[in-house]
Amino acid sequence: MTQTQIKEGVDLQTVQAVQSMVSYKYGWETEIETEYAPKGLTEEIVRLISKKNNEPSWMTDWRLLAYSRWLQMHEPNWAMIDYPEINFQDQYYYARPKSLEKKPKSLDEVDPKLLETYEKLGIPLREQYVLAGVDVEDEDLANRKVAVDAVFDSVSVGTTFKAELKKAGVIFCSISEAIVDHPDLVRKYLGSVVPMSDNFYATLNSAVFSDGSFVYIPPGVRCPMELSTYFRINAENTGQFERTLIIADKGSYVSYLEGCTAPQRDTSQLHAAVVEIIAEEDAEVKYSTVQNWYPGDENGKGGIYNFVTKRADCRGNRAKVMWTQVETGSAVTWKYPSCILRGNESQGEFYSIAITNNFQQADTGTKMIHLGSNTKSRIVSKGISAGKAQNTYRGLVSMHSRAQNSRNYTQCDSLLIGDQCGAHTVPYIEVKNNSSRVEHEATTSKVDDDQLFYCRARGMDEEEAVALVVNGFCKEVLQALPMEFAMEAQQLVAISLEGSVG
Amino acid sequence: MMNLLQEKREAAKLRINTLKMPEGGWSFAARAAALERVKRTGLPSRRDEYWKFTNPETLVKQATESAALFKSDEVPFFETDRLKIVFIDGVFCESSSDDLVLNGIEIDRLADVIPNKVHWAQSIYGVIESRGQTPVERPLAALNTAFATDGVLINVKRTPSKPVSLIYDHSSENSDAILHHVIKVNSGASLTVLENGPAAARFNKCMEIQLAEGASFHHIRTQGRDHERRASTHMFAQLNASSTFKSFTLTVNGRLTRNEVVVELSGENSIANIAGACVGDGDFHHDDTVFVTHAAENCDSRQVFKKVLRNGATGVFQGKILVKQCAQKTDGYQISQALLLDNDSQFNAKPELEIYADDVVCSHGSTSGAIDEEALFYLRSRGVERAEAADLLTLAFLGEAVEEIEDESLTEQIVSLLSSWLMRHRPS
Repeated sequence: MTQTQIKEGVDLQTVQAVQSMVSYKYGWETEIETEYAPKGLTEEIVRLISKKNNEPSWMTDWRLLAYSRWLQMHEPNWAMIDYPEINFQDQYYYARPKSLEKKPKSLDEVDPKLLETYEKLGIPLREQYVLAGVDVEDEDLANRKVAVDAVFDSVSVGTTFKAELKKAGVIFCSISEAIVDHPDLVRKYLGSVVPMSDNFYATLNSAVFSDGSFVYIPPGVRCPMELSTYFRINAENTGQFERTLIIADKGSYVSYLEGCTAPQRDTSQLHAAVVEIIAEEDAEVKYSTVQNWYPGDENGKGGIYNFVTKRADCRGNRAKVMWTQVETGSAVTWKYPSCILRGNESQGEFYSIAITNNFQQADTGTKMIHLGSNTKSRIVSKGISAGKAQNTYRGLVSMHSRAQNSRNYTQCDSLLIGDQCGAHTVPYIEVKNNSSRVEHEATTSKVDDDQLFYCRARGMDEEEAVALVVNGFCKEVLQALPMEFAMEAQQLVAISLEGSVG
Repeated sequence: MMNLLQEKREAAKLRINTLKMPEGGWSFAARAAALERVKRTGLPSRRDEYWKFTNPETLVKQATESAALFKSDEVPFFETDRLKIVFIDGVFCESSSDDLVLNGIEIDRLADVIPNKVHWAQSIYGVIESRGQTPVERPLAALNTAFATDGVLINVKRTPSKPVSLIYDHSSENSDAILHHVIKVNSGASLTVLENGPAAARFNKCMEIQLAEGASFHHIRTQGRDHERRASTHMFAQLNASSTFKSFTLTVNGRLTRNEVVVELSGENSIANIAGACVGDGDFHHDDTVFVTHAAENCDSRQVFKKVLRNGATGVFQGKILVKQCAQKTDGYQISQALLLDNDSQFNAKPELEIYADDVVCSHGSTSGAIDEEALFYLRSRGVERAEAADLLTLAFLGEAVEEIEDESLTEQIVSLLSSWLMRHRPS
């Protein structure tokens, strides 16, 4: 297979990815000395995490209040996912590479082993122009910059392009730094979109989140580059609880990317994150995720339990938020990135591809809460189920009585590959005014035999053909992804389905 | 705070105490089992996910709210030659009914045969209902099985010459009726059942239908002209190979209606069509809850539900298609649409798909909105008055559900009923 052919189309890349036959590329572990907080969750652990991050007392109190509320709560059981009971006392809630005990002042001070880890993941922490893996023939593309905040287990390793971003007035740093350096902003916005005790996992996160990313885009600023956070779980028996807070002030714009991987292990690991986005008047935020946590092996052993709360609040008029997600990893996914369309004429969009294979289970979707008038939302969800996997779209579209002249369009399609898997659709639609229009469409089908035959007649083997058809099925969502992710996502689509044919 | 299950069991206990279960006879075992189910699950609560959009309180509480008697000088609803079976306040009325004799079918009144040791209905009574209790509990149906003392048991051996018409009337403002019907259609036979009338202040009705190979069953129902009543109805149908089940319900007003239809396609090549049209004005809450299970290959199911709502009326649709792993070549379709004629009305929908077979085509759609202004403009520019144009468009909207009825003369009767309703309810 020669590189020169790539130009002809992305599908060829997908085919290559299938041929390369790597099942989970990121399953290795970095051998590094790690410091843990004692196992289990108690008030002391919460205090300890707070202390490790040198937090002010208001933050410690906030965490403790969350912890006390969490003790009163029960794990939700309404999702179509089935997993053994999680022992919340049999986990580490804080793990930090020893070398990061003192926060490195710049990337030069970071342990080379950690830098190597990210290099190997394709996320070099140098201030380079583009993410690895992207061909830079196109000049425009070659000049695209991406700033990265790298989170390793419980702590942020470092953030690139900080100085250049600062010039534009953009604050991009780890949330632990933001709590110390920008307490006013954090106090004003933290928990304002996802309240402290919003749900079981968000409450847990509020108590024990150790790090994550913080973004503030000042009024009228178009963030000069794409921002990204890369989450890596390395330590064993350790949960990762990161918290991301993105504030787009009036008239600003930012595109944010999130990636994640973890080592291949026999035991399952917990990941419970919270992402809050605030979009003020005329602001626009694009949030793209390629979720590639370790999915467990072909017998369903191991893998990440991914319980994530993501929500955006379009607070101002004409604010716009777009969620794009490609979910290929995790043993269990429970995730509903949502938009509260409070401002008049605000817009929310959700584009999702969720692929489950082997014993993976995904229950994912979105909520679009229309509160302001003339608000718009659009949902495009593609679920693909193979092997013995279960894939559920669960969503809510709610038109409140004041949301006059609002509009929603939802399309959720499912594709089944094989007769051992399941694909489900559970949409809730609530309409409380008559000037709004809501449309929901869903289909479920199998990979079309005619299309497969067409591909096979042209010399593709069955697996290649399925990958091609599936990429076509996902096209609408893949097109919504930023360039850096689109290619990776297409490859992932192919890899995730590997072994599902025949 | 009391936990949900305790609260539901408590409600069941209170309700059960007001009722008396018939002792002995062929149905006793089924009744006892149903009673156990109700005691175990309790009665529905507003906090149940399955009752998220409809408050079951008045259906569940010990005594019913009273409902004014419905007096109508309108012509009888179905003007078709039919065998009339009349129930007043949930009790069979011999004097108003025709003789229970019709060539090809055997009809028994439930109350008459309860003491018998054996009855053909034993293999169906409470059996299809209990199959319909998983994966979702339907405690009001189990309550019905345990305590129903009246209803009809119809065994169709050959296709009769005319439909069976069940007419429900009421004479008391506080009537609280429980009726249970069993219908068995034998191989190759066909039966049409018509249902209408106010029934009772509170009406809990359960109908179990078993279709043998090649059998067909048509059901046309109108309900709700008596505005004040509250009704919860269940239809449980089990379809064997190449059988056909078609049900259409027209609901015109009614303070609270919850219609559950639970269909299991357990034989190959069977067909289930479930349709509903409803028009609600004012204090009106209508809930269509449908659960279709595909458990055999090559079956088709279709759900078409249309709701027209105004003056604060609420429409609910919860529909589910479950396709089991064995049910390859399934064709499942579901559409639910609401036309909101003003800003006070609301529509809540939960159209679900749960699919475990790969060679299937399933789709669902749901829309909600106001009357299309462009279509209105088109009609008005051709000289049609605004109100009349709105009625025309509304009728066309409902038409898609009404067309699901096979018998054209019935379709016409329903359309004329709807247009006269729309005329009467034109905004002043």
